[in-house]
Amino acid sequence: MKGWMGKFKFVFLLSFLAIILAGCGRENLTALVPKGYGAESSMNLIVLSTVIMTFVFIVVLSVYLIAIVRFRKKKGQENYIPKQVEGSKKLETIWTVIPIILVLILAVPTVAATFDLADESGKSDHINVDVTGNQYWWHFSYADEEVQTSQDLYIPTGEKVYLNMKSSDVIHSLWVPSISGKMDVNPENENTMYIEANEEGVYWGKCAELCGPSHSLMDFKVIAVSPEEYEQWVADMQSVDPEEKPQDAVAQDGKAAMEANNCLNCHAIGSSPNAVGPNLTNFGDRTKIAGYLETNKQNLVDWLLDPESIKPGNLMTGKYPELSEEEADSIAEYLLQLKPSEITPESAGN
Amino acid sequence: MSHDHSLNPETMPQEPEKATLEGKNKFLGLWFFLGGETVLFASLFGTYLALRNSTAGGPSGQDIFGLELVFLMTMLLLTSSLTSVYAMYHMKNNDFKKMHLWLGITAFLGIGFLACEIYEFYHYITDFGFTFRSSAFGSAFYTLVGFHGGHVVFGLSWLIALMVRNAKRGLNLYNAPKYYTFSLYWHFIDVVWVFIFTVVYLMGKVG
Amino acid sequence: MSIAAAQKKGFGAFLWDYLTTVDHKKIAHLYLIGGGFFFILGGLEAMFIRIQLIAPENDFISAGLYNEMFTMHGTTMIFLAAMPLLLGLMNAVMPLQIGARDVAFPFLNSLGFWLFMFGGILLNCSWFLGGAPDSGWTAYTPLSVESPTHGIDFYVLGLQISGAGTLIGGINFLVTIVTMRAPGMTYMRMPLFSWTTFVTSTLILFAFPALTVGLFLLMFDRMFGSAFFNVALGGNSVIWQHLFWIFGHPEVYILILPAFGVFSEVIPTFSKKRLFGYTAMVFATILIAFLGFMVWAHHMFTVGLGPVANAIFAIATMAIAVPTGIKIFNWLATMWGGSITINSAMLWALGFIPSFTIGGMTGVMLASAVADYQYHDSYFVVAHFHYVIVGGVVFGIFAGLHYWWPKMFGRILNEKLGKIGFWLFFIGFHLTFFIQHFLGLMGMPRRYWVFLEDQGLDTGNFISTIGTFLMAIAATIFLINIIYTAVKGEKPAGDPYDGRTLEWAIPSPPPYYNFKQLPLVRGLDPLWIEKMDGKGKMTPAEPLGDVHMPNGSILPFAMSLGFFVAGFGFIYQTDHQAWNLAIFVGMGIALGSMLIRSLKDDHGYHISKEELEREAD
Repeated sequence: MKGWMGKFKFVFLLSFLAIILAGCGRENLTALVPKGYGAESSMNLIVLSTVIMTFVFIVVLSVYLIAIVRFRKKKGQENYIPKQVEGSKKLETIWTVIPIILVLILAVPTVAATFDLADESGKSDHINVDVTGNQYWWHFSYADEEVQTSQDLYIPTGEKVYLNMKSSDVIHSLWVPSISGKMDVNPENENTMYIEANEEGVYWGKCAELCGPSHSLMDFKVIAVSPEEYEQWVADMQSVDPEEKPQDAVAQDGKAAMEANNCLNCHAIGSSPNAVGPNLTNFGDRTKIAGYLETNKQNLVDWLLDPESIKPGNLMTGKYPELSEEEADSIAEYLLQLKPSEITPESAGN
Repeated sequence: MSHDHSLNPETMPQEPEKATLEGKNKFLGLWFFLGGETVLFASLFGTYLALRNSTAGGPSGQDIFGLELVFLMTMLLLTSSLTSVYAMYHMKNNDFKKMHLWLGITAFLGIGFLACEIYEFYHYITDFGFTFRSSAFGSAFYTLVGFHGGHVVFGLSWLIALMVRNAKRGLNLYNAPKYYTFSLYWHFIDVVWVFIFTVVYLMGKVG
Repeated sequence: MSIAAAQKKGFGAFLWDYLTTVDHKKIAHLYLIGGGFFFILGGLEAMFIRIQLIAPENDFISAGLYNEMFTMHGTTMIFLAAMPLLLGLMNAVMPLQIGARDVAFPFLNSLGFWLFMFGGILLNCSWFLGGAPDSGWTAYTPLSVESPTHGIDFYVLGLQISGAGTLIGGINFLVTIVTMRAPGMTYMRMPLFSWTTFVTSTLILFAFPALTVGLFLLMFDRMFGSAFFNVALGGNSVIWQHLFWIFGHPEVYILILPAFGVFSEVIPTFSKKRLFGYTAMVFATILIAFLGFMVWAHHMFTVGLGPVANAIFAIATMAIAVPTGIKIFNWLATMWGGSITINSAMLWALGFIPSFTIGGMTGVMLASAVADYQYHDSYFVVAHFHYVIVGGVVFGIFAGLHYWWPKMFGRILNEKLGKIGFWLFFIGFHLTFFIQHFLGLMGMPRRYWVFLEDQGLDTGNFISTIGTFLMAIAATIFLINIIYTAVKGEKPAGDPYDGRTLEWAIPSPPPYYNFKQLPLVRGLDPLWIEKMDGKGKMTPAEPLGDVHMPNGSILPFAMSLGFFVAGFGFIYQTDHQAWNLAIFVGMGIALGSMLIRSLKDDHGYHISKEELEREAD
């Protein structure tokens, strides 16, 4: 028995070490390093509840260990019959009242934070973004600014941004752990939440409600830049001319190929509200292709040639005739040149 | 201690439905079952209330409901509940014939109710094009009222099976609880209808 | 009748005996076999999930298949493994504990089992017929309505049929406890396992109809074109979530309360001490059940119900911590001052206390709505509910199996294998799930087919998968133990553990009529009272007389088979009208069997006094 226990302890030690090594997870993804108002609000409650609960756990574990060690049947006691205690009013009252107090300590700030995060009183004074969840991508429409974009959401730091969210198909849930907790994106009603980033950065966003085979690949980014940079980005996006001809010949072929294959029936370049597929206005600055692949030409060509292998169940598959390598290459070239603004994910630092 | 003797005593006890353990169990089991049924209908009512205005451009309750027919249906079903009470009264007096007579009237009224309901649905579908598929309201309406109608059908089948089965054997301690549980079930259906009448039709008509 | 004796009669007769049995002890065997089978199946599905997640961007199984795996893992474990195993224990033990010869409705008891079994088989047929359900065990609409394969149809029909079985089982237990307690067995003298059976059955009764309605609505939308969840026609997908969780949250207590009951039997027996604060334990159970109906929306904090609803449901949820805490401390106080024997059954109970406390703690943490915005649908939630369902329910089932195995099967499970199995499982369980709390907070949502490289999630997932293998080994050891015990196991006396409650006052396994004479109960822990008074056995409450027994019947099997066939008809009639025939045939068999049941008098039979006298004690 002793030898066994030794090995178990070793395994436990190893796993604890691993947790410490892994730390709190990747910065700008983990909820454990909050960088936004909502995430901080959640974190405060997470810490408070963890402290309370750890206290409870230590009490339980101490009583438990002492009981096992002290009252284990000893040699020569085989026929010992312990006193049959019915209960104790005093003790039972204690362990009823103390948990009530502990729960109250947690309940009060919970209620306060719940109302705080649901506050919509200043909504019209702030930036409003209409968010649409789609299988498996996100669309962001800046209603007042008449700017459309997909997958990368640009926001200014230190300011509340209200997200008015609705789904075009099944339920999704928008989650940017480092900035804010999640809220569902339903097909029948608009849900509103606000996010506020404290510092510049590119934050990972995830879909947190099962929405089909590629649920796990529905990543997006929130790019928090300084308010000035944000203003400039908006201005740059507003001034995009979708008809503008690209400089080099390959890209011109690409633009023609996109028109020939009816890509623009679903996708828009510029401020057109058409969002059957993701808006491509600043595609060249996108952090990722298809939500999770590194932005480079090879990945984009692969994606255009066989979307199904990259994002199972996506709705682009089969919507256009099979592309030749050459066509895909030229389209990729054109798309990667769509960089209307100097404000890019790089502007946000990391 | 033979069955015939224990189940057909010389003098019937006051409450033949609860005289045996099996009878008590049936009686109690049905009560519990009705508890579950209450949740079932509560869920259906909740769904209906959530969707009653979701007409998707189709007809609303205000457009189609006719209170005259529904009032007649209510009367039929309420009366049938009353007649089943008479039947149970005669059961306790060990008067099998009268019990069956009143149960027959109960079945007759139940069939009348059902006929009205079928006519009602037919009327909505042909005259208003209002179907199960036309809107979320349509789905919720037909499901709620239809579930109730299904319960009436089941109750009637139960009653008729009981009456045919026992027509020649008379009342004993084995079948008394069966009659009694049926009557409980029938009252329950009646109560559900009262709620449907209020929530669906009255509230639907008033708006 | 022992299993060996039955086998001498030939396998056919043995099989027929089990197909037609209405004996609660044999139905318990059936539940354990059925539930055990599905437990293995669900476990294998879990292995597929964890192997897929052993490394980032792994492609062990495809995205679609992965969704089917976790959907079936959850559905199977909840509906087809945990619940039937607990119903098996209840069937085996509760009637004995309250001193009854049988349950109130032996026929319905059998029907309940066969409906569950056929429902479970129907659901699993989907694997071979175009794909299993793939929308999660919660089957949220509209994803589940739009799912292209027949998988969700199998889910709807399979759960509808097995759910009906569970409901019937619940009503049966309720009536049994109300009307069939032995003389002197008042409510406040009932052993806690019987109490939790009672409360659980109430929960089943009031929770399952909500699921029934939800499943009907989903079925109508998928098969008959209704518009409950169709937004274009005014439908609302959140209705499903409400109905599902009005059922789903009580369901959690349907699982955990019987496990609490098991621990409340095991801990006193092996501490040689009366359960501390019995009255408080009973009322805590009732309170948990009651509160369980008012907290369903804490599964929906992120749905957008608004701050008022979120705050109310947060507080209601936190309140559940209080009665649960009372229970934990009462178990500790039961051990305190006792004389503790640590064997396999007690090990599972001891392993449960810290494990479940962690699950309860994270439960309170989840109740804090704003914190839940981070936890919700992340691996933190996955960790939480595995801590309560594995650390609570599965530990409870293992404790119960080790404890009552001799009573149910007449053999004592091997202690050595039992202990090794426990330790492997315990370690594997904590390895698998503890780290998942952190994975969730580090940004890993649940139901993710792959997690990406360079997100700091690799180590945690790797450790988690390793733990799963330990649990799988432990489960295998338990199976080996069953076989070993069946062949070489030690035969117990009626009361091998110096038990306290009525089931230990009769032989192991008990005769088919349970009690020759109904016992007279003089207080809580009736057998213990008689032992302390020096008698060592129960005083009969009645003279020896004829015992009335119910007849076996094949009709429950036939009815369930009918619904099974009709289920296929409903699923496939959307493809071709000819399948309507299957609906008619299936419903014909089922309703025909019901008609036979109600038209044919079945009075049962009597065991005569003389026969009983001949049976040895």
